This record gives sequence, C-alpha cells and structure tokens, in this order.
Amino acid sequence: MSSLLSNEQPQSSPGGRRPGAILEVRDLSVDYVMERGIVRAVQDVSFDVAPGEFVGIVGESGCGKSTLLFAIAQLLAPPAGIVGGTVIFEGENLVGLTDKQLTLVRWRDMSVVMQSAMNALNPVLSIAAQFADAMRAHGVTSKPEIAERSAEVLKMVGIDPVHLHSYPHQLSGGMRQRSMIAMAMLFTPDLVIMDEPTSALDVVAQRSMMVQIKELQQQFGFAVIFVTHDMSLVRHFTDRLMVMYAGQVTESGGTRQMFERPLHPYTVGLMEAFPSIHGPRVPLTGIPGSPPDLANPPEGCRFAPRCPQVMDRCHTTAVPMQTLDGEQVRCLLYENGEVPG
Amino acid sequence: MRFVLRRLGFFTLTLWAAVTLNFLLPRMMPGNPALAAIAGHRGSLSPGALRVMEAQFGLNTHQSLVAQYVKYIGDMATGNFGESLTTQPGNSVAHMVLDAIPWTLGLVGVTTVLAFILGTWIGIVSAWRHGGRVDSIMPPVFVIMTVVPYFWLGLVLILIFGVTLHWLPYFFTYDFTLTPGFNGAFIGNVLQHAILPSFTLLITTIGTWVLTMRNNMITTLSEDYVRMARAKGLPGRRIMLSYAARNAILPNVTGFAMSLGFVVGGAILIEYVFNYQGVGYLLLDAVNNDDYPLMQALFLLITVVVLVAILLSDIATAILDPRTREAS
Amino acid sequence: MAMPRTLGGGPGAAGRPGTGGPQVLVPAGGLPTPGAGITGARSLRRMVRAITANRKATTGAALLLIFSLVALFPGVIAHDDPTAEIYASKLGPSAHHLLGTTALGQDMFAQVIYGTRPVLEIALGVGIGATVIAMLIGVAAAYLGGLWDSVLNLITDVLLVIPLFPLLIVISRYLGVGGAGTEVMIVVITATGWSYTARQLRSQALSLRNRDFLEAARVRGERPLYIVVVEIIPTMTSLLVASFLTNALYAVLFSSGLQFIGLGDPNVISWGTMLYWAENNEAFQTGQVLWIIVPGLCIVALGAAFALLNYAFDEIGNPALRPVRSMRGKRVQPAQ
Repeated sequence: MSSLLSNEQPQSSPGGRRPGAILEVRDLSVDYVMERGIVRAVQDVSFDVAPGEFVGIVGESGCGKSTLLFAIAQLLAPPAGIVGGTVIFEGENLVGLTDKQLTLVRWRDMSVVMQSAMNALNPVLSIAAQFADAMRAHGVTSKPEIAERSAEVLKMVGIDPVHLHSYPHQLSGGMRQRSMIAMAMLFTPDLVIMDEPTSALDVVAQRSMMVQIKELQQQFGFAVIFVTHDMSLVRHFTDRLMVMYAGQVTESGGTRQMFERPLHPYTVGLMEAFPSIHGPRVPLTGIPGSPPDLANPPEGCRFAPRCPQVMDRCHTTAVPMQTLDGEQVRCLLYENGEVPG
Repeated sequence: MRFVLRRLGFFTLTLWAAVTLNFLLPRMMPGNPALAAIAGHRGSLSPGALRVMEAQFGLNTHQSLVAQYVKYIGDMATGNFGESLTTQPGNSVAHMVLDAIPWTLGLVGVTTVLAFILGTWIGIVSAWRHGGRVDSIMPPVFVIMTVVPYFWLGLVLILIFGVTLHWLPYFFTYDFTLTPGFNGAFIGNVLQHAILPSFTLLITTIGTWVLTMRNNMITTLSEDYVRMARAKGLPGRRIMLSYAARNAILPNVTGFAMSLGFVVGGAILIEYVFNYQGVGYLLLDAVNNDDYPLMQALFLLITVVVLVAILLSDIATAILDPRTREAS
Repeated sequence: MAMPRTLGGGPGAAGRPGTGGPQVLVPAGGLPTPGAGITGARSLRRMVRAITANRKATTGAALLLIFSLVALFPGVIAHDDPTAEIYASKLGPSAHHLLGTTALGQDMFAQVIYGTRPVLEIALGVGIGATVIAMLIGVAAAYLGGLWDSVLNLITDVLLVIPLFPLLIVISRYLGVGGAGTEVMIVVITATGWSYTARQLRSQALSLRNRDFLEAARVRGERPLYIVVVEIIPTMTSLLVASFLTNALYAVLFSSGLQFIGLGDPNVISWGTMLYWAENNEAFQTGQVLWIIVPGLCIVALGAAFALLNYAFDEIGNPALRPVRSMRGKRVQPAQ
C-alpha cells in the first residue's frame, strides 16, 4: 500500500498514514470555472477516515465543505472539477475514474445522503422504484429479494414498509429524510457521506435523526463523514472533527479534544458562537467580517482579516499545517509545533 | 379522478365560450356582413338550412336574442350547421367538413407527432452532451428554424423540389386523374403528395421541441436527484431517461397541447400553399368566398380538436407526474 | 423611496410555441427560479453588458438595429417609389434595380426597404400592447387574488386555448373588404395574443406577492397601486422584456401570414403583401424567384433577431443554460 503514497508530497495527515484507513484524501483541490475567473473552492485538503469512524466537517456557508464531499464521492459536474490530489478509498484512487468504473464502488461500499430529500428523491418515481433502481444497478434482480431488502431497510429507520409505494411528496419531511438514509443502507456500505442531512428538519427531529444514525452506525460499523454548520450536533455525535475555512482545512483532531482546547482562532470563534446550554452564561459573540473571495484568494492566511490574534506576518506568509498533540492546525501561532507560551 | 373532472369542466367551459364567440362575432361586426352574404344566396338554400342560419347569424330580427341563442346552441349540438353558400346546390356544411377532416388529420396529426418525438429526442440527447461542439452550434440553428414562416418555406420547397427539380408533386392531395380507392397505386400517390407539405411542417415545428426539451433537460440535470442517481451508480441511460427526461418533459407535454393552436395556424397556411384539401384549405376557401356558415363551422371544429388534444395531454401529464394527481 | 431588492426574474424567455422562440414554460401556478434578477437603473447597465457579452444577443440586437434604421429612413437607402408601376415588368436584378422589378413594374428593392416599416410597426405595437395588457391582467390577478384572480385566470386560460390563427382569420374577414391595415392588424393580433404571457406574468407576480420587501411596503402603509407600480413591476423586468420579444415575433409571423392569404390591406407595401402579390402573379411559375425569396428572408431575419434576443435573455437569466466552458487540460476527472 505504501507504493500508492511514494510519489506523494509529504503528507499532512496526523502521524503519517494511519493503518487500515478506508479513506485517504491527499491534497485534494477543486476548481469552479466561472465567467469571472477560476474559483478554487477546495485547496489541498488531506485527511483520513478509519473504519467505523464518525468524522464531522464544519464551517460556514461557502467554505467548500459540500464541494469537498461531492469531490470525494466523484459527483462533481461542470463547471466544477477536481484539479489535483487523490482520493483513495479502500486502496483505490477514485479520482479520474469514469462513472462506469465507479459503479462497482458506488452504493455498495460508499453511499451518499443529501441535504434535502425533497430535492434528492426523484419526484416521479415511487420510493420502491428508487430503491429497486439502486439494487438492480448492482446485480440484484430478483423481485422478491428487492422487495424484502427494501422493506428491511425501511424498518431499520422506523418506517412502515407500506410506504414503499408512496411518492416522495406524499411523505412527511422527516419520513422522507429517513427513507433517504434507509436507501443509503441498502448494501450496508463501509462509508456513508452525509451532506447536512438534518438542516431541513426542526430541532426535535434533528436529534432523533442523529440518534438513529448513530445507532445504525454502531449496529453495522460503517464510517460516516458528516458535513454541517451546526457545532452543537458535531459535539455530541462525532469522533473526529475537521474545521474548514475558505476552502482549506484550518484545524482537525479528536472532537472532545478540540472542544476542550480549540487551537485555531477561527475554531475558537465558532465554539464561542454556540455556547452550551448547560454552561455558564456568556455574551453571544460572532466573528465579524466575511470570508475572502476565492477567485482571488489572499497570499497569506485566509482568516487573517478577521482574526483577533493576527500578526503582521499572517497577511503575507502562506500557512502550512502544523501537527500538535495529535491535532492538526493551520496557524502561524503554532509554527514550531508548540503552543505559544 | 378529480383532476380529470376539473379538466373536463374547463373543456366544456371553453367550448361554450368558443360557441358563444361564434354567435356574437357576426353581430358585433359593423354591418353584419354575414347577413348580406346570406341574403345574396337566399335562392339556392333549403328552408331547413335557412332556419339554422337565421339563428346563427341573426337574420330574423323579430326573434329575441336569447331565443336565437337557444336555437343556435340546439343546432350546434345536433350537428346542424346549415349549408354552404358557395357550392351549388347548397351543400351541407357538416358533410363538407367531414370530407376534409381525414386529410388534415393525416397530414398534420402524423407530422406533429413525428416532430414532437424527434424534436424531444434530439433535445434530450443534446442536453445530455451539453458542452460538446455539436451542442454549441445547434441551438442558434434551431432558433432560426423556428422563425421561418410556414408558408414561405412551403413556397421555397416547391420552388426547389417541384418547379425546378420536378422531383415531387406539390398541388392537391393526389393526382386527380386517378380514381380514389384503397389500392397501392392510389395510396402511394397520396403519400407522394404528402411529402413536401409534411416536410415543411416538420422543419418549422421541430425547432421548438428541441429547444424547450434541451433547456428543460439542462435545468433538470443540475437537480439533486440526478446527482443522487449518479451516486447510486445507475447506468447513464437510466439516469438520462427515468430521472432527467421524465421530469424535464413535463412542461413539454403541457406545451404540446398549447402549441397545437399554433400548429393549426401553420397547417392552414401550408394546406393553402400546397392546395391540400384539408380543413385549413377549406377554411381559407370559405373566407375568400364569404361563405360564413362554412367558416364558422370550421372554426368551431378546429377549436374542438385543440381542446380534445389539450385534454389528452392533461391526462398524459397526470399519468407521468404523480404530483398533479392530487387535487390542488 | 425604497429600491426594490434585486430578485429573480422568471425562467425568462416566453417563446411562443410553434411560431418561434424557445421556451422554458412555467407550469401552471409554478414558481420561477430566482435567476440573475435585473431591476432598476442598475439593470440597464447590466443588460447592456450582458448583451455585449453574449454572441447571440449581439447578433440579434445588431439585426434589430439595422431593420430599425431601414424602417426609419427608407428614403435614404432606396431611391425609387415602391408603389410606382412605371418600370418594365419582370426585370432581373441590375444596377438600376438591385432586385429587379415585379410583374407590375415596381422596383422590388424599394418595396423591400419601404416594406420594413409596417412590419416593425406591427411588431412594436403588438409587442408593447400585448405586454402591457398581459402585465396589467397578470399582476392584477396575482395581487388582487380571490374571486378576481379566478375570473381573470379563467378568461386568460380560455383565450389561451382557442386557436388563434383561425380566430384571426375569421375576425379579419369580418372586419371588411378592404383588408386589415396596419393599425387594425395591431389591434386584432394584440387582442387575441396577450393571454400567453399574461399567464407567465401572473405566475411570477404570485411568487413575488409574499416576499418580504412587499410586506415591508404594505406595513409602511403604501397604497396598492404604488406597490404594484414601484415595487412589483421593476422586479419583473426580465419577464417583461421576454414578453415583448415573444409577442413581437409572433406578430411578425402572423401578420405576414394574414397578409399572404389576402386578409391584409393589399395596398400597403409590406413583406407579407409582397408575397401575396408574388403568389397572385404566379411568381415561381414565371421564374420570378427573387420576388418570393427576398421578402421571406427578411421575415426570417427579423424574426431571428427577436428570437435570438429572446434566447439570449433566457441564457442570461438562467446561467445553467449558457455554453459550458471547456475544462480540458485542467480537470483530472473525465468529462461525463
């Protein structure tokens, strides 16, 4: 397996390549070709996902997290495209493969859950038809087998199989969302990628869905990459956390560790914007300013204009990832691998 | 079911509106020219026909408007349209119309369906390959095709293939030295005469289908459920057809019905140019001869046909799109 | 005075099916997607920029400009009187007569040039007239709601399905022996054609009705007329432009059609009437090919101008439709 990495630039993943990682993303970059110029939405992102791990990716709107997700799943479409890097899933680099070649991997080993089920489900096909579609595309053709499995996955998420013959618009929002998760479970894949699956739900439904996902994960042992802008969700459900800003990863590490001791000033700002309901009362602070225009990204640190701990050098020096106690952070404050005294 | 009933209701209402329009038009126009025309031909009309046309055109001024209207509706419902003013002895309008219908249905019906299917298919494929070289020159070409006047294209094609090259006939529905009959020679001749008019109609109408379908497809292809279909690893063809096209075609199906009104207009002009003995030709003939009863009957007929087509396309939409089946 | 927020113009182009122009139909009651909304003074600059950037739009605009100039100053280009039947008939093209003469001894080039104005007048008249009516009815229906909405909607829908060309024929016939002159044409075509775009405008007005900036205006206590004129209408600019272009195109095609079959005023010199006279004088049997081809080409060219502009506005309003820039050489992922 090391031959895969022998031509790579020095990895920036914590402690070198993790043994047995099912997903290894290295220096992934994505460009959007727009009329006003080329926008680099994702810049040199690298991270690993171990089997059964629940990884959260957070960041504000436009930071590139959804683009990153689609890039990993090879679901980008013009004007977006991967322009560099690799995505090695269970030993195979997915970047550059055609849709036909990807069929083997898709859904069997890696499935996707999208933000809005109303938009992600085909409005003119019944739920059953959409489940059957996926199964037939992967060689399961016997009708009774398809029917049985469809009913099984629906029961897994707590939906009565009688709804198989409904159309998406006939189901309630929560049921739609859960049927999307059921669909993702059809082949009990090794990795499930979720793009803000709870954003469209109310708070109560959100929690019950997260609990459901977590239960399924524990039952079947799949890994999850979970993108969201909601810090409170990631706190309670993820094992590892990755923070993105303006197309780059700014900090990543174990969730609890990061919440206890956030390193990057941006992460600090994010945490403070979501005070815990159990903790002491604190004044609600936001992060003033707005993210940079990615058509013309700044030379130095992208967060510099908004950083409360900015130094002069931050505006001009490109900032590499530093490793610190098993965490990674992209900030000049930690330049020598130490916490500033 | 409720959906179909609602559409039927609308159908009836529109039919009523068209019938009433037919009733009011001659009376609204300055000098009611219909009266003058009928008066001029009084001698050749049968008394039964005369009574029908009295109600229709307001000849009898001592009958109240309402009474006339009631009689008129009754006549329409029983297929009594009076007699033609121009053919001697006053031919029944209903018969003349029935004779012309098959020709128009054949020519226009078949060609329109062909144009729709072909145009939609080209639109689907061109959108699926959005960004290719073919796709970038194609749209302007089709746009220009849609603005070519039907009648002018007919003239040009006649010029090229009929007058200059002598390849194809361009006058009448068949060679009138032949006796009509259900034999190969006659049918072959009919088809031969149908080629130029059909081709004209095809070229002028196909562009709209291509462009609408292409535009709708492109918009649909950026939808999340198409991306989801890709994520599931479905084969390209299935995505293109069941996920993208099936959703993109919905506005096209509604548009099909609405555009029929315009196809009819084009068909009229084409029949005129080629002297094709269909409903359109008959209408223009009637117009030029001030044959008001015939004219109005044809207008009504055309309206009914369009309404039926719209009803059919509504049903098709309900079949294709489960969301419309719920009462709104 | 509050500036209306830049909101979506509808899916744009209202191409009329069957006669010309592409369409992205708004399904009955369906909501248009927010696109590159254009409104207010900023819109003019943006529109100009959008037009110059888009090749189709520039071609269309250029053609329109040429025709407008010809229509306004025909005397500058053609020196002969188009109606004078003083020349030898059926002459071929020459230095004196660029397109030759008709069977009646008129200079064909002069006819084509002078014939431009009536066509443009009709296009403009119907374009503006139908759009204004459609706007009033569509917006009123959406804004007033309730019974008014149902009634207006019904009228619109009924007129929509009644086949227009036969209706036009019947009405034109009734209107008199002399045939329909330019003004009559404008009125008749407008009166029968406004329903299509009214439906689209109502759809968009409906979707705007509950937007916040309108609530704000209502809460401020502005009168309904003010709200309609100042807040709603400017946001619908792109759809209004599309409506104008569609109706203009449809007017050109239908008026030429009516003139061709003899229902127009045959004494008016226009492209459609030229074709009428050409057919009446058996132009192709006698080899007067230009008489048939040239007026028709003019119709196609003017129609194309409107249609291209319409199509370009479609693309401007819905960026997804624009030609995709190739990413060859940059992308690692294969083209799909």
